[in-house]
Amino acid sequence: MKERSIGFRRNIDLVVKALSGLAALTGIAFLVWILIVIVVKGLGAIRPEFFTQLPAPPMMPGGGLGNAILGTGIITTLATLIGVPIGLMAGIFLSEFGRDSFLAELVRYATNILMGTPSIIIGVFVYVIMVAPMGGFSGYSGSVALAIIMLPVVARTTEDMLNLVPDAVRESALALGAPRWKATVGVVFRAARTGLVTGSLLAVARVSGETAPLLFTALNSPFWPRSLSEPTANLPVTIFNYAMSPYVDWQAMAWGSSLLITTVILGITVLVRTILGRRKTT
Amino acid sequence: MITEHTAHEPDPNPQPLSGTGDDSLPGSEPIKIETRGLTFHYGHQQVLFENNLDVGANRVTAIIGPSGCGKSTHLRVYNRIFELYRNQRVEGKVLLDGRDIFHPEVDLLELRRKVGMIFQTPTPFSLSVFENVAYGLKLHYRMGRGEMAERVEGALHRAALWDEVKDKLNHSGTALSGGQQQRLCIARALAVQPEVILMDEPTSAIDPVATAKIEELIHTLKKDYTLVVVTHNMQQAARISDYTAFFYEGRIVEFGLTKKIFTRPDRKQTEDYITGRFG
Repeated sequence: MKERSIGFRRNIDLVVKALSGLAALTGIAFLVWILIVIVVKGLGAIRPEFFTQLPAPPMMPGGGLGNAILGTGIITTLATLIGVPIGLMAGIFLSEFGRDSFLAELVRYATNILMGTPSIIIGVFVYVIMVAPMGGFSGYSGSVALAIIMLPVVARTTEDMLNLVPDAVRESALALGAPRWKATVGVVFRAARTGLVTGSLLAVARVSGETAPLLFTALNSPFWPRSLSEPTANLPVTIFNYAMSPYVDWQAMAWGSSLLITTVILGITVLVRTILGRRKTT
Repeated sequence: MITEHTAHEPDPNPQPLSGTGDDSLPGSEPIKIETRGLTFHYGHQQVLFENNLDVGANRVTAIIGPSGCGKSTHLRVYNRIFELYRNQRVEGKVLLDGRDIFHPEVDLLELRRKVGMIFQTPTPFSLSVFENVAYGLKLHYRMGRGEMAERVEGALHRAALWDEVKDKLNHSGTALSGGQQQRLCIARALAVQPEVILMDEPTSAIDPVATAKIEELIHTLKKDYTLVVVTHNMQQAARISDYTAFFYEGRIVEFGLTKKIFTRPDRKQTEDYITGRFG
């Protein structure tokens, strides 16, 4: 038997460290690259009228994407109003009432599948159940599609966050004579509130750049949103259309929109991190 | 409106209880909780076997025994908190003031108001100190702000916490020290005017100085309340309790006056545990 040389082991160690470090850097490098490109190309389009004006015809100066920004705001808000409450209630069921029951396991499994479902399939699904029967594209159907995508994200984060609340806290509330629902809403929810807020925010961030489901539902519009029962302007589909167009100024607008969406998502993520970080210190 | 709990001074020297353990001695103490033939199953596993125990009114009863012997399970029957979880089955009788706590007409929320509970780790809610204590009050009573403030202050006084928190009633209850948090939980439990207070290893997560304060508190509380304290700390049981029940593998091996259990136990097993030969 021969001893293995320490030098050989040290070299292997060094190689593994270097490779894993390189792999990590690659991931970060792409993110930084994307951010740089978006900022460099998009910053030029961000002027006051970008936020306030309707789009101009190709090759005409001026114009903005005010309608798409407003439309995205409205569609996402409505989606949040639909998706977050249902997701929260589902999460409460999983963590507080269902727990390890058969129904809860079934719901949990279904939620995981829904979470992994490609968003384009959700778009096509909403097209079939809403757009086709109602006879046209609409902002409502866009909100429903986004709400469906939010649902599993909110449900699972809610469950996870509520599970972090120790059972002894639930028991304490019940031991004081609180009925189950009061213990959940007044005590468990409150203990988990920062987590619940962050979960909902992450769900918003998750859907605010979704394009495929909107392509089949809200479509797009060159006008200000008047009614959600019509096709409604929104940023992701605008990026899709403008980026594919041959016009340089439309392409610039697409870069501007990309920068805006990226900034919003980044902003939400940073906000989430700040909230979570603050929770740890209290 | 709440009627104030009338305090009466119990005989400072606890006497043998009727019915259990010391059959040889005639009992003379009033009994608060009477447990008869209590068995308990988690799924298919039986964890309590035919427990018989009498808890003396205005006394401190300690439940001791090695880990996993069923002490906590036994305690958690008294306020039916175990019902929170599935797959559990309980048989036998538990009488609170002579009334079966499992009778279908028993109001579970009222039972839990009467039988308060303190847990191993302090469980302050994510609310202010004031709101923590007011939480239970609001569940059971309607009252104006003035009376509420009085009741909260009263409960904090009784839990020996008032002087430490009177200037930070609006601070978060979770920001207090561990010992203070536990006394806050005691104040919260006292605020709803319970008759019995169950404590499940109330000092095991708390430093020695804070533990001493809570033990002192337990001593003063028995004037107004009946206490049942689960502890793995035998010295603590000897210090704080009037009666001690020794649990082993789901059975009550021996029950009687603490003085007697710790000086001349009847059973070899009790003696071995108390002298530290196992456990």
